[in-house]
Amino acid sequence: MASNYASEFRTCGTTGLKVHLPAERLFYVNAVTAVVALLVGGIMAILIALTRWPAVHLLPADLFYRFLTAHGLNMLVFWIVFFEMAGLLFASTAVLGSRLPAPWFGWLNFCLMLVGALITNYMVFMGQADVLFTSYPPLKAHPHYYLGIILFAVGTLLACFHFMATLVIAKKEGYHKGSYPLFTFGILIAVILAIFTLLMGAATYLPTWLWAMGLIDGINPAMYRLGFWGFGHSAQQINLAAMVSIWYLIGTLSVGAVPINEKFSRGAFLLYLLGINVASVHHLLVDPGLSATYRIFNTSYILYAATIGSMIHAFSIPAAIEVAQRAKGFTNGMFEWLTKAPWGNPAFAGMALSIVIFGFGGGVTGVTQGVEQINIMSHNTLRIPGHFHVTVVGGTTLAFMALTFYVLPLVMRRELIGKSFAKYQPWIFAIGICIMSTGMSFAGILGVPRRHYDVTFSSAIFQVPFSATATTMLGLLGLGAIIAFTGLLIFCLIAALTAFFGKRIPPNMELHHPPHIGEDSASVAPAQA
Amino acid sequence: MSVFVPEKYWWKPLGPDERLWLWVCVATAVVLSLMMPLYNLLGHQNPSHESYQITPEKFNELTEKFVSENTVREEIVKQKFGATEIEKKIPVVRPALGVKDVYLRARAWEFYPILELEEGREYRVHMSSMDYQHGFSLQPQNINFQILAGYDLVVTLVPRESGEFYVICNEYCAIGHHTMIGKIIVKNKEE
Repeated sequence: MASNYASEFRTCGTTGLKVHLPAERLFYVNAVTAVVALLVGGIMAILIALTRWPAVHLLPADLFYRFLTAHGLNMLVFWIVFFEMAGLLFASTAVLGSRLPAPWFGWLNFCLMLVGALITNYMVFMGQADVLFTSYPPLKAHPHYYLGIILFAVGTLLACFHFMATLVIAKKEGYHKGSYPLFTFGILIAVILAIFTLLMGAATYLPTWLWAMGLIDGINPAMYRLGFWGFGHSAQQINLAAMVSIWYLIGTLSVGAVPINEKFSRGAFLLYLLGINVASVHHLLVDPGLSATYRIFNTSYILYAATIGSMIHAFSIPAAIEVAQRAKGFTNGMFEWLTKAPWGNPAFAGMALSIVIFGFGGGVTGVTQGVEQINIMSHNTLRIPGHFHVTVVGGTTLAFMALTFYVLPLVMRRELIGKSFAKYQPWIFAIGICIMSTGMSFAGILGVPRRHYDVTFSSAIFQVPFSATATTMLGLLGLGAIIAFTGLLIFCLIAALTAFFGKRIPPNMELHHPPHIGEDSASVAPAQA
Repeated sequence: MSVFVPEKYWWKPLGPDERLWLWVCVATAVVLSLMMPLYNLLGHQNPSHESYQITPEKFNELTEKFVSENTVREEIVKQKFGATEIEKKIPVVRPALGVKDVYLRARAWEFYPILELEEGREYRVHMSSMDYQHGFSLQPQNINFQILAGYDLVVTLVPRESGEFYVICNEYCAIGHHTMIGKIIVKNKEE
């Protein structure tokens, strides 16, 4: 049966994976769309960051809130989800050596997502939806804004089902035997989380859409918040599962790391599945309407279950890398395996930085802010964006960028343009994000609110005397944003130039010399032919 | 490898390092889990407020009654709209002796009224919104609560420090969000 499709496959010369060509084309369009969304979101990011820097205060108020809306949507939703769709295709087809069951269906859900993203973006930029990413009612956007998001979500949901169907086909038609590889397993967890999340999103956005069209009288704001965060935070768990899977994948591709104990790693993924959906209530810790018992239960017992999952990965990924490196002969002292790691390989450096930033920056701030009493001091202050910029940007986005440096030569079969820039890109981006998040977090600790146009209150009835330290921290935010934006631009340039003008690599050519003993680790960059 | 099929029986016991790490994590989680409810019993600053459903009309009525019965003076404030400057009068309300329930109304884009509280006295501060979602963010203390229309959030508090404090809105409430600010004055008993 499988042989009917033999002509639709090619074999990757580097990894030996069988790649289904129709799936690869879909992968390509999803990845390109993701990078476009990243660029749009990035331009919005630098503009709003320069507005929050009081010394610059770039934009007028209406544009600030409009661009903030566009920034949230394009970064947190469109960039990340389109990239994850590409990841789904890779995990289900290339990794399992399977064909995509119905390429037309893949195109259908891609088109739904694209149309949804375009409609939503259009409504935002036309000024019809200045409701910020959360669109808390009774703030009301144009009905098409919600329609765009619903279309996007339907497309994503269909893609999730397509992923499941591919797993079935892979077994049934004999492409794959035995357990799923860890990477596919992790992505499967992300998909299960995604289905739950999207249903929660439907329960939130559908009534809101009807309300915006005038068919429903009102939306209960507390109910909306519960539903929205059941969707919005669980969505971050999809990113988490996808990001951790990518860490494992890059570990394998760059140094040949093998998970030490599959049970340990897979169990950690299961904890994500069980823990986080209920823990999303930490967004409502200082809301009216919920009892203390409910909040404490959700944000301590349940939240920590998911945290233990991340702690396990924080142990097992570096351990896998260490074992792989030691097997190559880097056995001198405690840390030769680390110092001789392929730091010149942007994918490896990006992955390593992503682990450190996500774990130490994001994990620590997240767990502390999820504590009821600390949440009183952090709710809706800049401390919150200070937290999620080290998780979603310093963690997820950086990991996705790192993987792109493998995607370009392996999937798109183009030689990387600007290798020397690529080498520094993860560092520039990571340093920028760390400085920016530090600025945000400390400004937030000093009381500076998030999503606020003017903390000097120049057009308000009172002027709050925020300390000079707080102003300095906002300056740090702006400075970090400039550095991170530079890193983002380098990434987008390399990705675009390589995708369109990179030298074509013949299908079966070796791209990547597996590192071996005595070789200079810096020469193990993925794109070196 | 993470992209290749694991061996058939991958369900293996954890190694000693893995086991140790796991127990360290579990122990930390248990300690953290116990601290949150414990602090609710032992600590002074907890979000275990009361909340009730209330219509905006009813809350408005209660606020107006509270203001008309307890206003001590009016404060004249100035607000700039581009080149023009307008003056507003905002009542300063000092709850009479025995009045424990205090009302703070959030509306786009004002907190109403200005509260004048006494140091060391216990108050039940009711907060609700008339329209959008708003944020109560007391500065420089940095104490934050979410204010929703239709819900009466009651925070029981005892001011411990005299001076002037500001309430800034930290939930986006449309274009005038950044102009929304209120004031709470805390006086010594003698003043």
